[in-house]
Amino acid sequence: MIRSTGLADRALDLAMAFVEAPINAVERLIGKRRMPYLFLAPNLVLFGIFTFLPIAIAIGYAFTGGTELLISNRPFVGLDNFRKLLSCTDYLTPGSCGESLFWTAIWNTLWFVGFNVVATLLVALITALILNRAIAARGFFRAMFFYPVLLSPVVIGLIWKWFLDRNGLLNAFLQMLGVPPEIFLLDVGWSRFFVVVVSVWFHMGFYTLILLAGLQAIPKDLYEAAAIDAATPSRTLFRITLPLLGPNLLVVLILLMIRSVQIFDEAWVLTNGGGPGTANTFLVQYIYQTAFAGDLRLFGLAAAASVLMGLVLLVLTLAQLRLGKKVES
Amino acid sequence: MHGTFNAIGFLTRTRRPGRIDVTDILSWLWLIGGTLAVLVPVVWAGLSSLKPEAEITRFPPTLLPRAAVQVEVQGFDKPLSLWNVSVDGETREMAMVRRIGLKAQMVDPENPGKPISVDTKSISPVQRLTVATENYTDPLTRFNFLTFLKNSVFVTVVATLLTLIVNALAAFALSKYRFRGDKAIFVLIISTLMIPLTVVMVPAYLVIVGVGLVDNLWGVIIPTVASPTGVFLLRQYMLTIPEELIEAARVDAASEFRIFWRIVLPLTAPALAVLAIFSVLWRWNDFLWPLIVLSSRENFTLQVGLNAFQGEFSVQWHYILAMTFLSLVPVTLVFLFLQRYITTGIAGTGMK
Repeated sequence: MIRSTGLADRALDLAMAFVEAPINAVERLIGKRRMPYLFLAPNLVLFGIFTFLPIAIAIGYAFTGGTELLISNRPFVGLDNFRKLLSCTDYLTPGSCGESLFWTAIWNTLWFVGFNVVATLLVALITALILNRAIAARGFFRAMFFYPVLLSPVVIGLIWKWFLDRNGLLNAFLQMLGVPPEIFLLDVGWSRFFVVVVSVWFHMGFYTLILLAGLQAIPKDLYEAAAIDAATPSRTLFRITLPLLGPNLLVVLILLMIRSVQIFDEAWVLTNGGGPGTANTFLVQYIYQTAFAGDLRLFGLAAAASVLMGLVLLVLTLAQLRLGKKVES
Repeated sequence: MHGTFNAIGFLTRTRRPGRIDVTDILSWLWLIGGTLAVLVPVVWAGLSSLKPEAEITRFPPTLLPRAAVQVEVQGFDKPLSLWNVSVDGETREMAMVRRIGLKAQMVDPENPGKPISVDTKSISPVQRLTVATENYTDPLTRFNFLTFLKNSVFVTVVATLLTLIVNALAAFALSKYRFRGDKAIFVLIISTLMIPLTVVMVPAYLVIVGVGLVDNLWGVIIPTVASPTGVFLLRQYMLTIPEELIEAARVDAASEFRIFWRIVLPLTAPALAVLAIFSVLWRWNDFLWPLIVLSSRENFTLQVGLNAFQGEFSVQWHYILAMTFLSLVPVTLVFLFLQRYITTGIAGTGMK
């Protein structure tokens, strides 16, 4: 490892001497015992500025109004932003709310989370169970299902948009079957359906992998014992496989829920920013639009929505930790 | 995967050798169907990106890129389109001069004489396989594609290098030292795993405004550098490095930074490689944060540029698909070569 033969190595050594010298000087100054603080400093400074400070600001902003950027120029409005977001005569009809788009986004997000979690979990579980069998070319199929996970959401949105285009492959296939063409992404029902389809297509490989790792950790002799007892396959599945997969299923379920609440990129590209109308406007998009896209940059309102969303995600995460402890014990 | 490939064994291997179960057939249907579902949209978009503009929205679509053939014919200013014409029971390729109602005036392109008049019902356009390379070359020359690409490469490379250094330093401190507050700092860093970008999106933008990095590539790079996943992954790995090595180096009077640089970092190479792969994928594919920070076209990354492009030129699918494909290439190559490390890395750490 420590070789310094090549020219490149010697150049690197020289460069390192320049970096090392001042750091070693600091070490002589503050002593070896304090060095870990120095090593932690870059990380903690960045965390402080770009994670902890923003959290503090977000909470502060949520209580201010106006469109000014600097917090000192912003009027304190107390709970007004929260009141505006949460005032509804009927929570089921977003039109009756002070901020109707917020509630449209909430209901859209809830629907999406519900369908997406169930669909992704089912598809990932079935795929993991199949890939866990002694089936040929397992590595190939695992790679195949996993490939979309690595693609960018923008690319995935564009590829699917083209696939679902009026002149796209799906319509051509339907025409062969005698079904009239459909502009899927301009239809409320179809566009919602395909946002879920694309999301499952995109992410299922990731969850399959986590479940597969769990399946492979189940001791083989349990299955041998079940075979000796002549247990039916479904009994084996429900009495051995699924209970022992419990912790992994839980991790997948919670990760899936948290990430589904945060849906943005692929839906934004696929639906041209939430269309048709507001059929696919989700929470993150609402926050993005309120803060950055409109003529009025309503940072206070967007921050209040972010804080509410953060609370929901915090509850989900804490629930995960609680449940995780329960499953382990 | 498998060293040797045996086609028969490949297809007939089952759970219980010698018997093909219903579940085997269902499994295969599921796997093949899934593979098709993954491949068909991607391959279809790829094939479409090779089609000439006039062909791309033809319905029903053809599988391979084809285009109507045009020929230069002596005595005509403009190129004429080539058609298959049935004359006296045999089919000939002829160029169309003009079309009047149900009749078309055709000439022989080799030997242009007096045009003959044929029924338009008896003719069909000649199409040949044509790869529209201009879909790929035009965006490179006429649009900002190369700028977007350059920005994306810059962000990805610089952010990944910084991510590795900053998080390795922190992981080193948290794995190899006992000091006041070490546990608290570790918990603090790991707790940020739970905070999604979306929640701090608005104020993080304000911080970027505050430090003057709006519409600057560094504004995309710096906030992403300190990664709790990175610290966690590297720390867990560094914990396995034996203390004796470090003690021996201290006896030799090596400085603490030298121990990090010369001993710990080289031994952490496998974990650094996993983090590097993930960092490259995260940065290359990142969309929402660059979308917020960057506002002028010359600073767009590939993903933001692609999105802006599809908004402005929603009908120019031939360019959009070509650029989409170019941006897909690096990720696909990374995947093909590092597939095993990526999948085991994810299975081991549960991170994406």
